[in-house]
Amino acid sequence: MKPTIRFRYRKFKSVLLYALCGLSALLAVVPLVLIFYHTLSLGLSAINLDFFIELPKPVGETGGGLANAIVGTLILVGLGSLVSLPVGLMAGMYLSEHGNNPFGATVRFLTDVLNGVPSIVTGVVAYTLVVIPMKHFSAYAGGVALGILMIPTITRTTEEMLRIVPQSLREAALALGIPRWKTTFRIVLTTASGGVITGILLAVARAAGETAPLLFTALNNRFWQTDLSQPMASLTVFIYNYGVSPFSDWIAQAWAGALVLMTMILVLSMAVRIATRSRFGRGT
Amino acid sequence: MTDNRQHRPQTRSLNIGDELFKNLTRFFAALILVLVVLMAYEMAVQSRLTWNKFGLSFLVRSVWDPVQENYGALPFIYGTLVSSFLALLIALPLSIGIAVFLSELAPPWLERPVSFFVELLAGIPSIVYGIWGFFVMVPWIRSAVEPALSSALGSLPLFRGAPYGVGMLSAGIILSIMILPIIASISRDVLRAVPRAQKEAALALGSTRWEATRIAISYARSGILGGAILGLGRALGETMAVTMVIGNRPTISASLFEPGYTMASVLANEFTEATSDMYLSVLIEIALVLFIITIVVNSFARLLVWTVTRRSTQGHT
Repeated sequence: MKPTIRFRYRKFKSVLLYALCGLSALLAVVPLVLIFYHTLSLGLSAINLDFFIELPKPVGETGGGLANAIVGTLILVGLGSLVSLPVGLMAGMYLSEHGNNPFGATVRFLTDVLNGVPSIVTGVVAYTLVVIPMKHFSAYAGGVALGILMIPTITRTTEEMLRIVPQSLREAALALGIPRWKTTFRIVLTTASGGVITGILLAVARAAGETAPLLFTALNNRFWQTDLSQPMASLTVFIYNYGVSPFSDWIAQAWAGALVLMTMILVLSMAVRIATRSRFGRGT
Repeated sequence: MTDNRQHRPQTRSLNIGDELFKNLTRFFAALILVLVVLMAYEMAVQSRLTWNKFGLSFLVRSVWDPVQENYGALPFIYGTLVSSFLALLIALPLSIGIAVFLSELAPPWLERPVSFFVELLAGIPSIVYGIWGFFVMVPWIRSAVEPALSSALGSLPLFRGAPYGVGMLSAGIILSIMILPIIASISRDVLRAVPRAQKEAALALGSTRWEATRIAISYARSGILGGAILGLGRALGETMAVTMVIGNRPTISASLFEPGYTMASVLANEFTEATSDMYLSVLIEIALVLFIITIVVNSFARLLVWTVTRRSTQGHT
């Protein structure tokens, strides 16, 4: 008798704990659904054409939009890409093609370290490096901060993608008498270009959603600004400033900003996902 | 990971283009090294005023009085550690549950979308978590969670006090949602890397499916631990979402209902207001402390994940 009861208990425990595992998966999906639901329902009610083409209105006036912030985010991410693309691509090529040595291992480790540095700390560093010498906040400082954040992602995906390229392809090219650098640049990099672009897009998506490193580098701006040495608006900083403000109109616009930001990022990462899946058969 | 390319014939290096290109790429790789060193150096230099005045005692002082120029970092270090560990406490069991569900239980048609949802969670920007936390989650915690907790467990000092909504508890919960994807996806990967023979052996000895899973979990535990610490590292440096829900008050209190402050959020809130050199250097010193803590935590986590995934394939997290 006893073994049966014991066995039933163990069976029951097995089923129960598996049910708990299923429940935790369900629990994880709940906040996701709620965040999407609230952003969509609260954001949609404040979105209209003005939101995309108008400047922010002064306190007390309703309406207006965040056109300058949307453009500002694009400019800042563009600056960040200018900073991070050369470093990330070249360092990635070095790590994959010449990096099997202690120096390569050190750089690889430091890239991972850099990846774990909180974005607000990156902002502080950009402040000391750019804002203090220039004596005022600027789009350049924001671009540097975002660039530093983007470097590790680009470096590591470039390296991993170049490593996937079969060794025989390199050997074939070298056997034809093509110099090694040309092989790396024209054959290896081209073969891996899909994966490399994926990494870049992931870095761009991450940078576009960053707020903390911009708070005291690019600051914010309520007007159109094309001078990169001046403070620059960004969608994320506007969402923050409007979100903590006491005005219901601004709060509604913060939700609308969140919706636009989420749409931008989701479209980007969705495109990345589809591209990666069809190319490599599995996500990274 | 092959070493083939190290055995290149020597004549190759005679090509000037090759040498140039190799050195050019090496230069950019070295830039990353320089960058990390420069970051530490810049913060150390810019915070020397604080270092000269308070020294190491800065880390254990709990006063925060910008008017009197009297500073201590303890409330922020405390807030950062408590909110992050609280997040880990909530997220770790859930993540292991999700990982088991994804790697053992779910049929492919269910596993794919759930994996996708969990990864979507990782893609939501911090600021969106922030406004969602502030406008949706905090009111719910204030009206439902905190009263329930204090009536059930009110005898503990942890759950005492008025339900503000904003506070350590809210920060821990929002952080747990944010670090869940990273811990879950790493745990799933290391669970999948467990050799089938491990579980089959357990099943052959008459264990139930769950008991076999437990053996798989204990086989993968150092990888799961690595994922957890990586998640912790993420939580320590998380800024916007925490800033919006933690209440931003530099006090140390036993109750999780009370507002707190973290290192990242004091930077976010006060950096642009820092008018004196001293104030600025104090904030930069806090950034340096945060930098060092996250580097230590992340290095440890990387080491753990690396030793585990190295056994199976070239793992990348």
